[in-house]
Amino acid sequence: MSDPTREPIPPTPAQTVGPFFGYALPYTRGNELVEPGTPGAVRLHGTVYDGAGVPVPDALVEIWQADPAGAVVARSGSLLRDGTFTGWGRAETDREGGYWFRTLEPGATEPGRPPFFAVTVFARGLQDRLFTRAYLPAADGAGHGVDAAPGVGGPGAAAPGAGAGAGAEAAGAGAGAGAGVGAGAAARDSARAGLLETEPLLASLEPERRATLVTSRETDGSLRFDIRLQGGPQGEEETVFLTYDPPRAVPAGAGAGAGATAANASGAMTSGVAGTRGTSNQPTVNERGSYPIGLVPSQGGIDA
Amino acid sequence: MPAGAAVLRTTAPDVAADTQAQLSAEIEAAHRAYAEGLAQGAPREHGPRRDWPPYRSSILRHPTKDLHHADPETIELFAPVFGERDIGALESDLTVQHGGEPIGERIVVRGRVVDGEGRPVRRQLVEVWQANAAGRYVHKRDQHPAPVDPNFTGVGRMLTDDDGWYQFQTIKPGPYPWKNHFNAWRPAHIHFSLFGTELTQRVVTQMYFPGDPLFALDPIYQSIQDPRARELLVATYDHDVSQHEWATGYRWDIVLSGSHRTWTEPNDDPAE
Repeated sequence: MSDPTREPIPPTPAQTVGPFFGYALPYTRGNELVEPGTPGAVRLHGTVYDGAGVPVPDALVEIWQADPAGAVVARSGSLLRDGTFTGWGRAETDREGGYWFRTLEPGATEPGRPPFFAVTVFARGLQDRLFTRAYLPAADGAGHGVDAAPGVGGPGAAAPGAGAGAGAEAAGAGAGAGAGVGAGAAARDSARAGLLETEPLLASLEPERRATLVTSRETDGSLRFDIRLQGGPQGEEETVFLTYDPPRAVPAGAGAGAGATAANASGAMTSGVAGTRGTSNQPTVNERGSYPIGLVPSQGGIDA
Repeated sequence: MPAGAAVLRTTAPDVAADTQAQLSAEIEAAHRAYAEGLAQGAPREHGPRRDWPPYRSSILRHPTKDLHHADPETIELFAPVFGERDIGALESDLTVQHGGEPIGERIVVRGRVVDGEGRPVRRQLVEVWQANAAGRYVHKRDQHPAPVDPNFTGVGRMLTDDDGWYQFQTIKPGPYPWKNHFNAWRPAHIHFSLFGTELTQRVVTQMYFPGDPLFALDPIYQSIQDPRARELLVATYDHDVSQHEWATGYRWDIVLSGSHRTWTEPNDDPAE
């Protein structure tokens, strides 16, 4: 079992969450990681859009985050919601495609790195979950978001505060502690200035795509994070979705068609190879980079 | 396109109009191309295609860009912790959640959750949901004319044990009609939601029953190009799981993707 050369077991394939998870997966206060009025509470909200810019009313969004000190929480109680902060929450989208969480802003889990919510998205029509990150905003001295400039307000972008649907006002009132953008939030946003530019993942992206991973600070102090499953003529407004697997090879001669096929298959790059953190021992194109179709490096036997 | 489909589409544009024959032809063409690619050395695919037009709802809902590589960071190398207090004692028995017995074939489903290296996923949450014996979901958007069972909701939760085993009792779900195309039927299935020891292993999937005649026709099942990978979603009848004069038994093991962090003993749960 500890034999490093042991063949990994093929993973069980994913299948879509389908249309009828709504009576099964969402649960009472699943989206409320903290109670109303909790000091530091913030509302994280947004809208999920499809490729036509139409809100997706049957998506499920999960967040997993560090606590404000940057510690990874290992406490049960997410389904119970007895006041224990567990760092995990689940929200279904409403009829307008909106979702919201009441939570605490995560701290950096490693010094000098910008904090983020790890976000997982499920939906009818989506064959496998999608991972992404929602970074906390960074602001310049004038309080302007530095990374939220181009591309954020794409077609169909909801008016601030309008997209989260029923219950949003109540959550906002609780989360904002009645103070709008508090000085604390603005100061924290300012303190993060510069962190986003140096984050390797963000730095590897074109500016308009980078913006899809950064929350925007609304005037009421809440954080907005819209999710676009597709978007823009060249996909430039599509939210950047992540794979944590090291890049896998398309053997030379397999052809661009086969390469494209593999790249678009969920799990095509998931052979279950065990590894420690990082991919420095992998023949990656670029440890920051994405994998242009047909340009992934050659590597033998993906599933011999 | 068969003439019949064109007529249907013209007369009832809001009704799924493509025929099963059209869908099956699309599926077969893709599978043939996959097999040819494999023969030329293309990698074996383990999961479903995201870009998979035969599943019509996926067309506007799959990312068009390749997934972007990220080295998992601290939070992504851990998973949320669930405990006994999160789950009611009866939640792993879907047949006792109401006043009476649900109609249908009572079954026990049992299996083991392991990671890509075969290590058990211990004390972790398993969520299941399914249609009733008539193929009807309790969900308000399922309005097809099959009976709702007042004694069956079709939702269960449990934790794996210290060796990664889960088990629940339910009734066998029926096949379910959907509107992907004309006369479309999903093979009977139970939805599963699973967590591993790190976020990267999160998966939602579906378990099927052996020998279902609808497998070949189903765009969702067939979105997995590789026949060996598809078979991983099919439970096996297991007589050791069956119970005398009570229930038949099915075995379905689940393998999550490999872990990214150096493995250590699972975190203790200080709250328990």
